Amino acid sequence: MSLDAAIVGPGNIGTDLMYKILDRGEEIDLQRMIGIFPVEESEGLQAAVDEGVDVGTDGIDSVKEYADEFDLVFEATSAGIHEQHAPVYEELGLFAVDLTPAAIGPYTVPVVNADEVVASGHENINMVTCGGQATIPLVHAVDRVADVEYAEMLSHIASKSAGPGTRKNIDKFTQTTAAGLEKVGGADRGKAIITLNPAEPPIMMRNTVYTMVHEDTDVDEVRDSVSRIESEVQGYVPGYDVTLEPTVKDQADVAFDLGDSIILTTMLEVEGEGQYLPPYAGNLDIMTSAALGAAERVAQQSVDADAIGGVSDD
Amino acid sequence: MTDADVRLVDMTLRDGMHAVDHQFTPEEMAEVAAALDAANMDVVEVSHGDGMGGSSINYGFAAADTEEYLDAVVPELTDTQLSVLLLPGIGTVEELDMAVDRGADICRIATHVTEADVSEDHFEYVKDRGIEANGLLMLSHMAGPERILEEAKLMEEYGADAVYLMDSAGALLPTDVRERISLLVDELSIDVGFHAHNNLGLGIGNTLAALEEGAVTTDGCLRGLGAGSGNAQIEVLVGVLEKAGYDINPDFFGVMDAAEDVLVPMIDDDEMPKLDNDSLMLGYAGVYSSFLRHTRRVGKKYDLDPREILVKLGEMEVVGGQEDLITDVASRLAEERDAGAAAEAASDD
Repeated sequence: MSLDAAIVGPGNIGTDLMYKILDRGEEIDLQRMIGIFPVEESEGLQAAVDEGVDVGTDGIDSVKEYADEFDLVFEATSAGIHEQHAPVYEELGLFAVDLTPAAIGPYTVPVVNADEVVASGHENINMVTCGGQATIPLVHAVDRVADVEYAEMLSHIASKSAGPGTRKNIDKFTQTTAAGLEKVGGADRGKAIITLNPAEPPIMMRNTVYTMVHEDTDVDEVRDSVSRIESEVQGYVPGYDVTLEPTVKDQADVAFDLGDSIILTTMLEVEGEGQYLPPYAGNLDIMTSAALGAAERVAQQSVDADAIGGVSDD
Repeated sequence: MTDADVRLVDMTLRDGMHAVDHQFTPEEMAEVAAALDAANMDVVEVSHGDGMGGSSINYGFAAADTEEYLDAVVPELTDTQLSVLLLPGIGTVEELDMAVDRGADICRIATHVTEADVSEDHFEYVKDRGIEANGLLMLSHMAGPERILEEAKLMEEYGADAVYLMDSAGALLPTDVRERISLLVDELSIDVGFHAHNNLGLGIGNTLAALEEGAVTTDGCLRGLGAGSGNAQIEVLVGVLEKAGYDINPDFFGVMDAAEDVLVPMIDDDEMPKLDNDSLMLGYAGVYSSFLRHTRRVGKKYDLDPREILVKLGEMEVVGGQEDLITDVASRLAEERDAGAAAEAASDD
């Protein structure tokens, strides 16, 4: 069965998500796009009107007004706003997919733990960060065949694709992503680093994942695991591309003491689909793609779950 | 800041960490700090080369935690102030909190020259703790004077007590330094500082140019020990500034002794920065100086000339913190080379 959904927050992320749902949503039917400004003052709401999607302009009041139309909301506002909205969604029995860094619900990465999170009855799930969506699957791919003692990720994003929210809360990005590498990726310890690069033309979103594993690790097995997860991620993020398969650094390649560990370096790029945001903004694209991917899993699971809001009221 | 004409900041224990692959021990740091304190240095800066939180696979794990380094250095300082460095995106407010608790007097917060708006929270935090905050605009050859002024004004608005022009690639010429510093001095109400790298042989000359245009705080290292070919050699700077008639606090003989008797015995030959072909290429291509030793290691692994990798990185306009892209570039260059060699071999048949 399919799920009816609304997007709250018609900014860059919300608008890109709208196009993705309209383009390739399978079990997700978009019913409404909700903002806080009149349509003529909101590019995102205007885009919704142009696409024939109904809109609401009174924020959370619009959510309350139209709540019987949808079962699931995508929160594309900000962490502070989601903290205010979350109790309302819960009261209305709406499933929330949170694209902000609020992280009220558990971190969710579609290919790693979405089914598990949804099956465990959570009705508010958080999409970690863009860097987390890009790199956690790779850490998980290594960890499922070799214990990851330490994982470190770097995200390099084009300056033009980093909005004021990311810039003002850059610590939130590194802290949340590091926690995601541990809690979802399975690393014993995680560290995250982000750089903004103003080069023109803008750079594609690039990420590096370092995993520290025991020196006896079967590297071919790791490469195979990474290759499999790359295909799975490509199922919902078409522009996801591993550009350097896990490559070994040993003691000869570093200036610090590695003990009995080696480092596996994996690199990837994310090219956006370019529905609304330019292709270099893969960092935004992977968030919206992952949110849609997670929602599709919610829809699949809701077939035999009465827990989803709206269904039990019927 | 100081009663002297110019404040000198010694970064041997911070930028110098790049030269030793971040392997100073806390004991070594304590010894150097004691010698600098005895020489009446204004400020010493301590942390991983890439700032607090920089200890990582990408930049190299340090031999000890920031906490251990600070705890070793703090007891050695009497009148000399202690500075720490933080790059938002690499370290967080948590590290600032820890450093202030342990006795840091100054927090220096560094961003890429066009990205100052990632630092607002960090300045706010430091000002709330009631200590000095300095803003550092890195790779300042990558933006023109007007853009740099805009970014510096953001840092001023966030609460910075001083803004530094960082020539992180050692790529600025004296005229570039003059036009940038003079505009900042004219338009800002806070102090202006300068940070040189010697990759084009201009470390001392550029520093003098900056001071002549009105900069009042400037960086250097004992023997120039820093990333790339090193920074302004601070014992030389002290001598030069005395000759030029500046009133400064550090004692010339004391700083010379700290360099020759204390630091030099700790440093291996291959660690002491030199203005060799690879570091010259950093300045020429405009690449972040700390890429040097990483690029050499990667060059060796892929059997590539480090200069070839640096030129490519310069063309890509990589910024500080992107050391992982060295491997990315080298692996692609090696692939192209191998494919070319294979094609040649095939056509020879």
